[in-house]
Amino acid sequence: MAAGAAVPTSLESAPRIMRLVAECSRSRARAGELRLPHGPVATPVFMPVGTQATMKGITTEQLDALGCRICLGNTYHLGLRPGPELIQKANGLHGFMNWPHNLLTDSGGFQMVSLVALSEVTEEGVRFRSPYDGEETLLSPERSVEIQNSLGSDIIMQLDDVVSSTVTGPRVEEAMHRSVRWLDRCIAAHRQPDKQNLFAIIQGGLDADLRATCLEEMTKRDVPGFAIGGLSGGESKVQFWKMVALSTSKLPKDKPRYLMGVGYATDLVVCVALGCDMFDCVYPTRTARFGSALVPTGQLQLKKKQYEKDFGPIDPECSCPTCKRHSRAFLHTLLHSDNTAALHHLTVHNIAYQLQLMSAIRASIVEKRFPDFVCSFMNTMYGDQTLCPPWATEALASVGITLS
Amino acid sequence: MKLNLTKVVNGCRLGKIQNLGKTGDHTMDIPGCLLYTKTGSAPHLTQHTLHNIHGVPAMAQLTLSSLAEHHEVFAEYKKGVGNFIGMPESLLYCSLHDPVSPCPSGYVTNKSVSVWGGGGRVEMTVSKFMAIQQALQPDWFQSLSDGEASCEEAISIKRARKSVDRTLLFLDSCLRLQEESEVLQKSSIIGVIEGGDVMEERLRSARETAKRPVSGFLLDGFQGNPTTLETRLQLLSLVTAELPEDKPRLICGVSRPDEVLECIERGVDLFESFFPYLVTERGCALTFNFDYQPNPEETLLQQNGIQEEIKYEDQIKKIKTTGCNQKMTSFEINLKEKKYREDFSPLVKECSCYCCKNHTRAYIHHLLVTNELLAGVLLMIHNFEHYFGFFHSIREALKSDTLAQLKELIRRQASGELGNTNLTLH
Repeated sequence: MAAGAAVPTSLESAPRIMRLVAECSRSRARAGELRLPHGPVATPVFMPVGTQATMKGITTEQLDALGCRICLGNTYHLGLRPGPELIQKANGLHGFMNWPHNLLTDSGGFQMVSLVALSEVTEEGVRFRSPYDGEETLLSPERSVEIQNSLGSDIIMQLDDVVSSTVTGPRVEEAMHRSVRWLDRCIAAHRQPDKQNLFAIIQGGLDADLRATCLEEMTKRDVPGFAIGGLSGGESKVQFWKMVALSTSKLPKDKPRYLMGVGYATDLVVCVALGCDMFDCVYPTRTARFGSALVPTGQLQLKKKQYEKDFGPIDPECSCPTCKRHSRAFLHTLLHSDNTAALHHLTVHNIAYQLQLMSAIRASIVEKRFPDFVCSFMNTMYGDQTLCPPWATEALASVGITLS
Repeated sequence: MKLNLTKVVNGCRLGKIQNLGKTGDHTMDIPGCLLYTKTGSAPHLTQHTLHNIHGVPAMAQLTLSSLAEHHEVFAEYKKGVGNFIGMPESLLYCSLHDPVSPCPSGYVTNKSVSVWGGGGRVEMTVSKFMAIQQALQPDWFQSLSDGEASCEEAISIKRARKSVDRTLLFLDSCLRLQEESEVLQKSSIIGVIEGGDVMEERLRSARETAKRPVSGFLLDGFQGNPTTLETRLQLLSLVTAELPEDKPRLICGVSRPDEVLECIERGVDLFESFFPYLVTERGCALTFNFDYQPNPEETLLQQNGIQEEIKYEDQIKKIKTTGCNQKMTSFEINLKEKKYREDFSPLVKECSCYCCKNHTRAYIHHLLVTNELLAGVLLMIHNFEHYFGFFHSIREALKSDTLAQLKELIRRQASGELGNTNLTLH
């Protein structure tokens, strides 16, 4: 599309939802607070993913007790089952699942491409066939925003033209430009800007020029926040961190930066150093259901025989209900039974682990010792700072944190 | 422990069992039920969600079938199964089998009994059985027994006799080994009454077992399909008549509300609570009414409603016998049905459980349709609470001499006659 196309109406009064509380003097790490319709959220924040209006086997009360104040719902799944009309009748997604805190919904774009074998992307939107009833639907920017308006989530995402990070060639550029056009269509279609915050999603794949162009264009639109998309796929970690760093260097400081699909502990620490504020990932909750517990040194595959007589908790430093009451041996035994409670114990712990990690990161930024925290974290995770993966060492060095 | 009977009304015993547990300060109400567990945990529930439930029984049931294969772990752990499973405050009863999984027959010998766990068959002689109990250290455990007489359809007198002989031999051996074990001094052995459907053998089992220093009795072999219980109820009365009044009577394999009442009238005190679990597994919620003293306006409404309900009886029966819900009872509703898709009322209107206070039928329906784990969690919370509430109402009815009303209310719902007061009438 020609560069001289009409400038869309931007939200000049787009709210400043982020308040910066502290900044690391060396790296780009920031601590802040998001002001959202369903309450404040401390950043950096990890948002667990509750795809179909449920955080898997744990209740909203348990999730609240863990300190979670924002989690995700998926527009693609909910749009099909039970559908936006029903959810609207139930007082939105908050009412339907009885979650009193904040919700972020994605646009449905990612699932479109990753889950649906026969989806077709055109300028109009994404055309696909429902896996449940075979009906053909078009997910356009307008329709995605409309569904998200019905869901009533506090943060909604633009529909972006998602392309795998391993794809190269003209398709990447096409998708980037289209995403900008779709952003404008989403902004225009958004009926509830005072109740729901529409975030843009920076695309451009692994091409620095394309990403820079996308950043330049999208930051002209006055949205309340920006997501860094198109990463966390199959790309190499070196390319990954460089694109994250490029993005944060060009995103406004006074708005939140949401890095989509990132959830491994090391990645979280590094990307906070690079200047990201918000993260989401299915990994911690998914891996819990496979019997894997997250710990500061990595993970424990509790189904393995070595834990059969291990009578200590998953993590003696963890204050979650699972660790306060149960041993690795008990969880091992329960995991080998057909009682689903085993999965729920681990889901609780893994979410606690992620949230406790973010809290610790934040405290270190506020207390001006983030670089030390990073070194200590890497020591624990890799046994020695020098054993930290090279990409992470480089990424941290690029923002002034040297692992000795 | 001491069983204090407050009163006995038409064969029903109301009372308390006191001085229970290792510290001797726990109490249990009878008639009552035990918390059903799978591998030491209430199904689907963590401590947090279990504690959401009101009226959780003081005693939980553990099954040897789920724990026997982990014997070595408990032996090394040394602090007993209560601590291992994270339920140190609960009283624990260890049964041999899981009432939900039928045991294959043909594996009991004169020297051993087998249980089936996740890892396959575990064969136990008396000494192995007692070694496992030493490692578990439950408050109560049923003695090793030969319950196969009830697995078969037509049971011969010879087989019934054998089940009684073997069970008594096992019991005497267990009692002997208990005497020699310091650890097991704090645990109580529950004697098991066998004998199939052969009256003489049943009576012999009861009389002989009652002679032993057991702390209570387990009535085994009365489970089966609903018609089997009916024919066995008479036998049940005769058996309990032979048992001392001051020791608790447990029954295994019987958990349906109507059957529970029949057994209470025949001198049974304690039941397993696996029925709410079965209801949960089929995506259903208990909705039967045990409030037998509704206000007068409600009664009038119900009376006027009955004509309508009888019309729909056939329709209801049709829904229930088709599809995969063949075992569904009239005590429950099936949340998978389309009509609940937009039903924003709670499972049961007056229920104060966590699920009913926080969620709707529409939400549970959605969770079931999308195969989400939370469906099982929420339904289990509701179904357990509803079921424990039922037992509370039994005790209250006995206190106020109104059990007949409760029984009638349950009977009418069991037969589908009264319909389900939570059914939507079209």
